[in-house]
Amino acid sequence: MNFTLKVWRQPNPSAEGKIEVYEAKDIPSEASFLEMLDIVNTDIIDSGSDPIHFDHDCREGICGMCSLTINGVPHGKENAVTTCQLHMRKFRDGDTIFIEPFRAMAFPIVKDLVVDRSSFDRIIASGGYISVRTGSAVDANAIPIAKPDADDAFDAAACIGCGACVAACKNASAMLFVGAKAAHLNHLPQGQPEKDSRTLAMVRTMDAEGFGNCTNQYECEAVCPKTISADVIAKLNRDYAVAAVKEAVS
Amino acid sequence: MSSNGDTLDSKIPAGPVADKWTNFKDKAKLINPANKRKFSVIVVGSGLAGGSAAATLSELGYQVKCFCYQDSPRRAHSIAAQGGINGAKNYQNDGDSVHRLFYDTIKGGDFRSREANVHRLAECSVNIIDQCVAQGVPFAREYGGLLANRSFGGAQVSRTFYARGQTGQQLLIGCYQALEKEIDSGGVEMFTRTEMLDLVLVNDHAKGIIVRDLKTGEISRHAADAVILATGGYGNVFYLSTNAMGCNVMASFRACKRGAYMANPCYTQIHPTCIPVSGDYQSKLTLMSESLRNDGRIWVPKTKEDAAAIREGKKTAVDIAEDDRDYYLERKYPSFGNLAPRDISSRSAKEACDEGRGVSTTGLGVFLDFSDAIERLGEDTIRARYGNLFQMYEKISGENPYQVPMKIYPAVHYTMGGLWVDYNLMSNLKGLHVLGEANFSDHGANRLGASALMQGLADGYFVIPATLPVYLAEETPGTITTDMPEFDAAEKDVTDRIEKLMNIKGSRSVDSFHRELGLLVWDKCGMERTEEGLKEALEKIPAIRKAFWEDVRIPGTADGLNMELEKAGRVADFIDFAEVMCHDALDREESCGGHFRAEHQFDDGEAKRHDDEFTYVSAWEHAGAGEKPILHKEMLEFESVELSVRSYK
Ligand SMILES: Cc1cc2nc3c(=O)[nH]c(=O)nc-3n(C[C@H](O)[C@H](O)[C@H](O)COP(=O)(O)OP(=O)(O)OC[C@H]3O[C@@H](n4cnc5c(N)ncnc54)[C@H](O)[C@@H]3O)c2cc1C
Ligand code: FES
Repeated sequence: MNFTLKVWRQPNPSAEGKIEVYEAKDIPSEASFLEMLDIVNTDIIDSGSDPIHFDHDCREGICGMCSLTINGVPHGKENAVTTCQLHMRKFRDGDTIFIEPFRAMAFPIVKDLVVDRSSFDRIIASGGYISVRTGSAVDANAIPIAKPDADDAFDAAACIGCGACVAACKNASAMLFVGAKAAHLNHLPQGQPEKDSRTLAMVRTMDAEGFGNCTNQYECEAVCPKTISADVIAKLNRDYAVAAVKEAVS
Repeated sequence: MSSNGDTLDSKIPAGPVADKWTNFKDKAKLINPANKRKFSVIVVGSGLAGGSAAATLSELGYQVKCFCYQDSPRRAHSIAAQGGINGAKNYQNDGDSVHRLFYDTIKGGDFRSREANVHRLAECSVNIIDQCVAQGVPFAREYGGLLANRSFGGAQVSRTFYARGQTGQQLLIGCYQALEKEIDSGGVEMFTRTEMLDLVLVNDHAKGIIVRDLKTGEISRHAADAVILATGGYGNVFYLSTNAMGCNVMASFRACKRGAYMANPCYTQIHPTCIPVSGDYQSKLTLMSESLRNDGRIWVPKTKEDAAAIREGKKTAVDIAEDDRDYYLERKYPSFGNLAPRDISSRSAKEACDEGRGVSTTGLGVFLDFSDAIERLGEDTIRARYGNLFQMYEKISGENPYQVPMKIYPAVHYTMGGLWVDYNLMSNLKGLHVLGEANFSDHGANRLGASALMQGLADGYFVIPATLPVYLAEETPGTITTDMPEFDAAEKDVTDRIEKLMNIKGSRSVDSFHRELGLLVWDKCGMERTEEGLKEALEKIPAIRKAFWEDVRIPGTADGLNMELEKAGRVADFIDFAEVMCHDALDREESCGGHFRAEHQFDDGEAKRHDDEFTYVSAWEHAGAGEKPILHKEMLEFESVELSVRSYK
């Protein structure tokens, strides 16, 4: 298969970026999107130029490292996949494909398609955990958890922290990411003691990091490779309201 | 003491194997809380092993610096583990116990691991599950709200805890959250997108590292009272593997060049259930969790003719009558059947394909068939158990496994070998500690399913916090500073090497060398090894090295993000490391676990160990690139298990 690629190139964080055009030739239809870029990069290297930089690691949809906004959609148009799981057989021969970084103020560009998502780590650091000193845990079966509750927590815990939700949102809001973490931890018995402080801290850090407000567009849900439901945002709003009232009263 | 006296003292505590860990803890040195704050520790790696160690050491009061090459500690390769983690809880009341897990692991490792370590691992397994549940790790549960278990390759009890097909992810997120909490409290300073390029020794003790900031290219020095490497396995020496693209041997191999011994590098695990290779553009292989083997049946046609017809698309699986199918694992290993250990399952698949009975277009693939299970349990049950795996398979292969059998083939997956460590997880280099897949210690010649996650977390949460003080108690904290001449020298080595790489300006891409090396070692030091093949590899590797250092092309500059430069450094070390691996495979004139030497097999093709000659750990000392490394031995003594022919029939 053959494609024309229009790719965002930016040599460093402070440089100005621009779209460059590349021809991807003789791409096997079984190749993944990133393997297609590998092939293009081999040609670029052979011609003596700097290859297109993009993030990736596991290449099986679980580490959350790969990004890329493909034809305007984070991780591309196919549902419930990451860029690394996208295969070229889903494109048409001869297609022109636009490839851009995940764009958001809180995700500064490092180079080309690589962005800095450490703001997500700082949100987790502010409260996205259950404090349990190693060795002080009770027997694992001492806390039975009803299967539906465990399943709900799991659905939220499936977040891979890729940032597609932020890149898809016109406000660059991180509510799906933060909501997923809150829904994972706030509704488990183990997570109760720190529920309020966790919620307040994560939301405040999110704001401080420069993420925008949620205006209920739900683009985030549509692009999430792990199909995390926007219900977690409603839950987060409720948890936040309760915690904020309690804080004001005390 | 299980050491041969010359240099390798494994420091195994006294007493019966079941009491050793308790005895150790009863007598171990402690560091008082006020003093802990004065000690600094470097942890390289933020996977299950490094992340759990960094978080726990910080909780205890040490000043920790943690490093990883990804953009977040949460993305370490541990995240990719699918199947599960073992814990000897016996919640299923099916006869499990710490002793049984210990025994299964020793036997699974083909009697080439250190008894004392394995017993400790089995003991810690129980606490790991408690710890993770308390952190909020959402393990699978029964309707009554209690934890569910399943059985996993090589075990006859159900002791595996799992979180859908994302066990590694969920465990790592638990660990990452604990780590982030410590980062927030100031106990851990985290360095992401930062690669360790060398180890610094001061008076022969590991006291620091030299790193490169991958974003800016800046080289910097870090000093500490002890260094911990938890940098994962070296499976990517084969180029194609189920590892993440960035997995590498650099940190371990740099340590090796500074004097740390590399133990049993030839013990590599080839996983039986991966999606077959389809073309040479391919950048990695995808594992399908072997939990699939609980319900899937593995087969190939009995005749070559049928297999050829399938490859050519003239027949499909359903056209092959039941009687014309060879369920070869069930036939050869009636009591374990499709659950036979990984090495055995992988080799059987290779055998079938070598006989011309492979079913994928390349001839390298066998069927994994769910039609019986779907008939027996219904599609819904199968979907509930394996839904995400089936989906993943369909995405990659374009085929629907509910309707047609999957095709699978073995692929490189895990590396049992690694840096040599004693019972305290300290290498022969004083102060250097090695955890997780990067060390050699617990899996012998073959790792059983669901035991790597267990080992990583045991090492980080429970072992190193107890054993690190053995070393630190003899040290005066804070005496090391980065302006010492040893740091100058190490930094110079690092910058010289980068400059040398950048100045080659040759004509071939880094990947082209990596692929060439990978094909060679897969061919000669993969599922089956021979003296002739290994010698051939040892002749060819120096030529690859020479070509690499003369002709590699790295575009761009070293003062910013340059992924080709990163890869080049890793591939350069893989080339040198591959030599050590082949030397080890050549030296070990027996077959055991993942190391199958064709010259050493029984008439029925089973691996033949030579316990009288080879019941030892091979620990290799680097002697310069291209030079044969120097062998040191740690004799293995078995006090509580009897060495037997590993039979799964
Ligand atoms: C696809 C797959 C499925 C698996 N499934 C299972 C399973 O079901 N059950 C099971 O028990 N095991 C499983 N395993 C094995 C298991 O996942 C790994 O062995 C284990 O997670 C390794 O953990 P680790 O902490 O030792 O290393 P890793 O998780 O690989 O972490 C290595 C860390 O070191 C860092 N690093 C490496 N080099 C450098 C350097 N030079 N400088 C700085 N940082 C560096 C990396 O950034 C990373 O943070 C699976 C493995 C694979 C590949
Ligand atoms: S590379 Fe890991 S999710 Fe895509």
